[in-house]
Amino acid sequence: MKPDQPAFEPELTAFTCGYCAYMSGDTAGALRVQYPANVKVVRLPCTGKTDARYLLAAFEQGADGVYVLACPIGNCHHVRGNERAKARVERTQKLLDRIGLGGQRLGIFFLSGGMGESFALAARTMTERVRGLGPSPLRQGIGNRQ
Amino acid sequence: MIVGEQKPLEEITASLGGARRVVVAGCGTCVTVCLAGGEKEAQLLASALRMATALAGAPVAVSDVTVQRQCEWEYLDAIRDPVKAADAVVSLACGIGVQAMARHFADTWVVPGLNTTFLGLPEQQGIWTEQCQCCGNCMLAQTGGICPIARCSKQVQNGPCGGSENGLCEIKRVVRDHGVPVTRTDARGKQVPVTEDVECAWHLIHERLKAKGRLDLITGLMPAKDWSTSRDGGPRRIVREDLLLLDEG
Repeated sequence: MKPDQPAFEPELTAFTCGYCAYMSGDTAGALRVQYPANVKVVRLPCTGKTDARYLLAAFEQGADGVYVLACPIGNCHHVRGNERAKARVERTQKLLDRIGLGGQRLGIFFLSGGMGESFALAARTMTERVRGLGPSPLRQGIGNRQ
Repeated sequence: MIVGEQKPLEEITASLGGARRVVVAGCGTCVTVCLAGGEKEAQLLASALRMATALAGAPVAVSDVTVQRQCEWEYLDAIRDPVKAADAVVSLACGIGVQAMARHFADTWVVPGLNTTFLGLPEQQGIWTEQCQCCGNCMLAQTGGICPIARCSKQVQNGPCGGSENGLCEIKRVVRDHGVPVTRTDARGKQVPVTEDVECAWHLIHERLKAKGRLDLITGLMPAKDWSTSRDGGPRRIVREDLLLLDEG
């Protein structure tokens, strides 16, 4: 990268559980915890609603990385929705490998409502991971065609 | 139901033969219930194909459509327009639906997106097992409702064989993901297939008949099975005169 080029800021989409994880975002705000501004949050009624179609749609619409924020294992409001989300994320990671985007661009984190700092940490972790991977090759492809 | 499993994405992409407009066609019956080729899976595959082909430098316009059953002409008529507008169709139906689609739309290149795997049932959510092989001469009345043709590895008629031990078959089933054997690293660092136990069908038959007090059904010698109703003589056909439409001419 040339020195005068701005650092790559990845576009991230975070699918959050409507209970713990979304609340942790609120907690992060209340505690004035800083987290990268490049995260678009999509609220799900429960991460048991995580659908591979949503995850792929986010990538198709230009996300460089996508992650799911679920309640801690054993603490799901709907009992085991977060475990379902974990299994679906893992399956979708394999599909992303086959597509050529790379499963590393998809992640999942488990946190409770009071963990505002962890909400910010997840955003920073994914931002750093995706920054290392570079912009979505799909987005570059779209750019090349224009 | 007919149980299928999606083919690897690379295989589907390669089968498109350079088509630029593709329709992924889901089927709303068996393969929807086994979560392999319904509306949801059609949408997912369409999205995956759009991205994979774009990344490969040859983007393909992929849409999706799902009908109740691809194995009936009237349902296929309903998707004539999107199919005719496409260069190729990826059918997520079983092999029957793929063939019906290819026959009904003779001008269109139709490829399968699934491997039609077996006739089976969901043991539990996410696990399906084979139960029937359509031998055409059902012997479940003699075997307590457990099929030795579909569920015995050797299809023996007078089992169990010497390979049955503690209710398990001597063979191990290779675990597959998208049809590809799943492997693990063994103690020597070598990649070996992951396998799982297979129940001995004849053990199950014996236990079932014993519980029902009907061991008499298997104490005699079972004669050699008449396979003439199976694949003997080529593809099978059923004709019901009472159901044929009357000639309107």
